[in-house]
Amino acid sequence: MSDITYTDIEPLHEAHDEHDHKPKGFLNRWLFTTNHKDIGTLYLIFSLLMFLTGGAMAMVIRAELFMPGLQLVEPEFFNQMTTMHALVMVFGAVMPAWVGFANWMIPMMIGAPDMALPRMNNWSFWILPFAFAMLLSTLFMDSGGPAAGWTLYPPLVLQTGDSFAFVVFSVHMMGISSIMGSINIIATITNMRAPGMTLLRMPMFVWTWLITAFLLLAVMPVLAGAVTMLLTDHFFGTNFFNAAGGGDPVMFQHIFWFFGHPEVYIMILPAFGVISEILPTFARKPLFGYSSMVYATASIALLSFIVWAHHMFTVGMPLQGELFFMYATMLISVPTGVKVFNWVSTMWQGEMTFETPMLFAIAFVVLFTMGGFSGLMLAITAADFQYHDTYFVVAHFHYVLVPGAVFALMAATYYWLPKWTGNMYSEKWGKIHFWLSAIFVNVLFFPQHFLGLAGMPRRIPDYSPQFADFNMISSIGGFAFGVTQLIFVGVILHCVFRSKVKASGQVWEGARGLEWTLSSPPPYHSFSTPPVVTHNMVRHPRDTDAAV
Amino acid sequence: MKKENTVIVGLAVLAAVIAAMWLLLAAPALTGNHINMTRGVTPQSESNYDLHMTVLWICVGIGVLVYSTMFTSIVLHRKSRGHKAAQFSHSTRAEIIWTVIPVLILVGMALPATRALIKMEDPSGSDMTVKITGFQWRWKYEYPDQNIEFISSLDAASNAARQLNSGIDPTNVDNYLLNVDHPLVLPVGKKVKFLITAADVIHAWWVPALGWKKDAIPGFVNEAWTYIDEPGIYRGQCAELCGRDHGFMPIVVKAVTQDEFDAWTRRQLAANQEQQAETERQWTRDELMQHGKDVYTSECAGCHQADGKGLKPAFPALAGSKVVNGPLTDQVDIVMNGRAGTAMSAWRQKLSSTDIAAAVTYTRNVFGNHAGDAIQPSAIADIQRRSEPLGTAP
Repeated sequence: MSDITYTDIEPLHEAHDEHDHKPKGFLNRWLFTTNHKDIGTLYLIFSLLMFLTGGAMAMVIRAELFMPGLQLVEPEFFNQMTTMHALVMVFGAVMPAWVGFANWMIPMMIGAPDMALPRMNNWSFWILPFAFAMLLSTLFMDSGGPAAGWTLYPPLVLQTGDSFAFVVFSVHMMGISSIMGSINIIATITNMRAPGMTLLRMPMFVWTWLITAFLLLAVMPVLAGAVTMLLTDHFFGTNFFNAAGGGDPVMFQHIFWFFGHPEVYIMILPAFGVISEILPTFARKPLFGYSSMVYATASIALLSFIVWAHHMFTVGMPLQGELFFMYATMLISVPTGVKVFNWVSTMWQGEMTFETPMLFAIAFVVLFTMGGFSGLMLAITAADFQYHDTYFVVAHFHYVLVPGAVFALMAATYYWLPKWTGNMYSEKWGKIHFWLSAIFVNVLFFPQHFLGLAGMPRRIPDYSPQFADFNMISSIGGFAFGVTQLIFVGVILHCVFRSKVKASGQVWEGARGLEWTLSSPPPYHSFSTPPVVTHNMVRHPRDTDAAV
Repeated sequence: MKKENTVIVGLAVLAAVIAAMWLLLAAPALTGNHINMTRGVTPQSESNYDLHMTVLWICVGIGVLVYSTMFTSIVLHRKSRGHKAAQFSHSTRAEIIWTVIPVLILVGMALPATRALIKMEDPSGSDMTVKITGFQWRWKYEYPDQNIEFISSLDAASNAARQLNSGIDPTNVDNYLLNVDHPLVLPVGKKVKFLITAADVIHAWWVPALGWKKDAIPGFVNEAWTYIDEPGIYRGQCAELCGRDHGFMPIVVKAVTQDEFDAWTRRQLAANQEQQAETERQWTRDELMQHGKDVYTSECAGCHQADGKGLKPAFPALAGSKVVNGPLTDQVDIVMNGRAGTAMSAWRQKLSSTDIAAAVTYTRNVFGNHAGDAIQPSAIADIQRRSEPLGTAP
């Protein structure tokens, strides 16, 4: 199939084939670009900026929570900070970063010359800066930014002033960008694989992104629908979620979490893929249980559609509903466990070295698993009546998102940065960045488990003095973690502009896969002629292929 | 070689610290209030604590297995030690084992979890009922059988200390942010059913010692129950983000013996009658102005400011305001029912008739406003009686 499709589209690319020329001029190169590598770079720069913006908001939050009493900000602004921090980190940092990696790596990993829909690719990116300019501008409006939490629960969110319209439209734009991005990824993976790159030879990162793209397609429209109903409730007098008008505020939560739960897998599945690339490289050993990794990813994605109500156990659901969502949620730990066991087995009997990407990958497995444990605890409905909406939940989802998704993003950055730039990053500073991050992320989030169990609700700007000690420890960890990320920025800038150490095409001794057959940096247009892929060129030969 | 060793030592220290932190939580000797879930004082909180500890220990067990395998591998299977990579890539048997065993563990967890949940969700056979209504940002408690109702708000000392840069050290305030003016009084040894709802936005009623939280949702009435074993004072907070002062609507439950409860009921009824009489009588304008100043300071000044100048843009000035200097009925309407799309909420159910009458009268005659009129508490009471309560289910 892939052969035929490939020949069909080849003529379109003829014009670009002859040279490695980049478009002349700054605007031509970046604003009008249709090149997957340039667009990938744009996505990654954008997400790094958003990561720093969202991080600055987290600093405001942790500074106010440093000690009991209100010292810095009014409660209303504190609520705007928690809301914006989440929206910026979820939609501005983590998701676009993964799309950036998809843009850079998927064509190079499957032997395609570019994404299937390059012009739409340009548009999917360039929507985002406008969406976030709109979202962030609400902080400077008279009625202030949204302050009802990123979950936007009515009726509270309907008390936002006129700036609410800007929030809704920016969410619409992010949704359009994500949907176009995922269409592009699905079209690329299904149609543009090089001859011989069969589905079960694809790298795990490609597999996890394929599944993620389907999740995005399924749930982003649901979110768009939910926020549109909020918009009409707020401005046009509808009563979708207004009980006094015959509506149902709990219905919003069902719709939101039908989007929201798959959303957490949208942020973490590509991380699973990246870790499954990095561990084999530095263990110099094939990924353990490749097919079961693929099936486990698909099962997690399917299960993610039937567990949403575990986010809302306390709304007063019927007993049968609570039991169903508890069992379904517990079930997710089975495929997730398979993944963790497979990663550990990949390391087992390997020939490991510990470069920065490997360190981040190992820390991912350890710390993501911790988030998994607290997730399993939260699945127990009755116990959740105590955990729900406390700092225990905050600790849980930050463990899966920061040393989970964000560490995987950093691992991926260190792993592929030499390939993109042709320069080696500073291993010394990479390791300093790793160790400080790994230590302070635990100082930051681990004590939050204790706070939640001891009874501190989330989303409060001030607290009883009994919670003071752990909040102070957590804040110190937070400031240190925040400052540490400036090292990350420094290492990247140094690698791109200053590093004198050239990277080989292979970069890592144990690396395998099509992207490593290209030079570092790769030509502006790579795989203009499709490679013919044989089993010894790919990381994951089918079970029936000869052993590597 | 040396570099690799640093990695191992570093990872091992990190792992040891994390493991120690989990064990700290799991060690029964250290389960003080400040680090672990409370055992509480109800059958539900006991069973939730047991569930929590069971699952926690299972997680610690699995964690020890997974992490120790990983770190053994990190120590032994590295290039610097000259270890050569094996090339195995799957084992159907191993994969079946680590799919089946977790399923069995989950079934083992699901059984007690199901039993606990079924018990928890059964409010039948209760001895008395309390209706809880969440407001921005206070709780209203109604005892339909005893004909008692009152509003419970953050106590004055905490409220003063929690203002931005108040200069008051919270550690010097008794039960800072966890104290109220009127606690919910409940008898011990009785099954109490709660009917929980809200008037404006979603709140959640949570007292950790009782073992659960339940959302208070406008238009819905949720059921929950408790059975408190020991007399005592149990504190909690609103657990669902409900706007600006979400962090400042605590819950205090005072559990007393049946005799003390009955005595409290009688006192409460007597106080109600007194208040009734206060509402009915004719107030002088000076009395209203004096009381109005207190109400304004505690309830209104947070937004409209002590000098009535407001805080632009969200909180309009009352000084020279068209509403306050306009017809009396318009202002009363806004105070009672709030103003949609603004931060001005409906005070009808949150303040007594006397408080509303006094506050309205006060604002009309200070800050350079000179409407010169006054409204009697009894007039407000009439309006309150005429209008249906907001947000309760039919």
